[in-house]
Amino acid sequence: MNHLERVAFGIRRRALAHTLSRNGGYLSQACSSAEIFAALYGRVLRLKKLDRPLAAGRFTGTPSHGRPTVTGADFNGAGDPSCDNFILSPAQYALVLYAALIEAGRMDEASMEAYDIDGSSVEIIGAEHSPGMEVTTGSLGQGISQASGIAMARKIRGETGRVVLMMSDGECQSGEFWEAVQAACYHRLGNMIAYVDMNGYQCDGKMTSVMNLEPFDKRLKAFGARVRRVDGHNLKRLTRLGRAPSADVPTFILCDTDPCRGMNILTERFPKFHYVRFTSPEEKAKYQKFYDTMSEVL
Amino acid sequence: MEILTKVHAKHLVDWGRRHPEAYVLSADLTASCEADSFRDAYPDRFLSMGIAEQNMIAFAGGMARQGFIPLIHTFAVFIYRRALDQIAMSVAYPNLPVKMFGFLPGILTPGGVTHQAIEDIAVMRALPNMTVLEPGDATEVESALDVAFETPGPVYVRQLRGEVSRLFDKNEPLRLGKPRKLSSGEDIVLLTSGICTEEGIRAASALLDKGVRITHYHISTLKPFRHPEIVEDIANSRYGAITLENHSVVGGLGSAIAELMAEAGAGKPLRRLGLQDTFAHGASRRYLMREYGLDAKALIAAVENVTGERFAIDEASLAETYTPTLHSDAKPEAL
Repeated sequence: MNHLERVAFGIRRRALAHTLSRNGGYLSQACSSAEIFAALYGRVLRLKKLDRPLAAGRFTGTPSHGRPTVTGADFNGAGDPSCDNFILSPAQYALVLYAALIEAGRMDEASMEAYDIDGSSVEIIGAEHSPGMEVTTGSLGQGISQASGIAMARKIRGETGRVVLMMSDGECQSGEFWEAVQAACYHRLGNMIAYVDMNGYQCDGKMTSVMNLEPFDKRLKAFGARVRRVDGHNLKRLTRLGRAPSADVPTFILCDTDPCRGMNILTERFPKFHYVRFTSPEEKAKYQKFYDTMSEVL
Repeated sequence: MEILTKVHAKHLVDWGRRHPEAYVLSADLTASCEADSFRDAYPDRFLSMGIAEQNMIAFAGGMARQGFIPLIHTFAVFIYRRALDQIAMSVAYPNLPVKMFGFLPGILTPGGVTHQAIEDIAVMRALPNMTVLEPGDATEVESALDVAFETPGPVYVRQLRGEVSRLFDKNEPLRLGKPRKLSSGEDIVLLTSGICTEEGIRAASALLDKGVRITHYHISTLKPFRHPEIVEDIANSRYGAITLENHSVVGGLGSAIAELMAEAGAGKPLRRLGLQDTFAHGASRRYLMREYGLDAKALIAAVENVTGERFAIDEASLAETYTPTLHSDAKPEAL
């Protein structure tokens, strides 16, 4: 395994570890997006270097008057005009993000002991106090609009840093998504680049059985965006596209992925991959065994 | 106490058999909102709408104009926050019979701020033509659909899912605008709704053993809300009223009773327990109920505060001794 492959492997392994420890988790999202996150945190995102991995704190309160705001953006080292923003739109991917932060040396491993523990900021579905979360997303479709606003502001100020967005395919069913694409193209937000995890599944099952989005690339192009469609597990392609020069319109990288990638055991759950909860000790033992074989690889 | 599972799911299938004009509309949370059994039983009357709530609500308005009964199923938070203008213009204004079932209200979800409907009652109560219901146990979960159907116009139901306790006799269903009087006493009037009623029962029983007599009402209709009898009880009480709700104290049950008290000139103090004008975060239900003061312990503390007494009721005895048994409003003493 090369470095990025190890990162992707580590993301899957950590996601499985915590799905096991909490008897539930957004596991298939780690399988489909491990390479996307590995490429992003490994090679694509221009982030400020951290001296050492940060520790996640306890939940200290929601943003409010007279209360200091705790922000997950610290883990991305945000704030420098030349650095990128990273916006995770489906907050249901928080576990994948946490795993990626550890693999990238931006969050300490011990912080994951507080994952899904009452009173911790390392929540199952994160908000902007959670590690790596720069804004509050997860009410689906809102991430891209907020990212566009940030991109607009950075464009006005002439900053070189980009706004990099990670999205899921399901959320693109919402009207707001298309309003955002319309606006981002109209305002020529070339400094925004979105990776969409096209794993083809949502909570109710296969996307085409819930609400069709295809031909997604053609629809986006018709709206005026620059669109690339790639194998979402091809680290080279994901990396190269993320490092390519910007256009004068937003770029969408549609990443076709497999929700069971690297964890064949998940295929037994077809067509429901959205959230994994073990229904019997036998099932859990099977995943535990799979985890043990993953750990041996390292 | 009896604990039931998937109460809404079972009733929906049974009820759906008798109502061929009813269609379930779902926004990618079908099993999570107990509509999967209906989908499997009547696939032709199940409409998958994708993660697109604004369209779903106005689409339902269109169907309702044509004589169908759309039953919206998704998480509570995604109904009123994501599609409020559509609810107001395409459903409430034309007074159409769209019945909206919003699941995991308040802090029932560990999904954090994005998933927690903490001001839904406030928002929905403010819409003309809207009826707002909040079941508090399995009996009410079973009967909310019937009440929603029989009530003209749009109805918003803050529905419970999964494991639900049965607090009320199954032969005494939820009735529109009818509070349940669970106990009588001259010291304090307590009003609770939803999952907080079980907490209220626990606290009131423990306090009775300490000599505090409480008139306890369970409220399952948040709108319409006209209760001269409750206001009279409050006016006649020694210490006034306390409300406890799984919702912000702004605009919900506490505000509704405050409005009635003010209009009637009932000059007694009112204490509103609930989320104190704050968003919440992701954690377990029990933890959040403690953190934000939505449980029996918080209620006892509030009673200690208004009476100026200390009762030394410990937590273990609250959980064990005061877990409510089957009861009905006809037998308040059985509590």
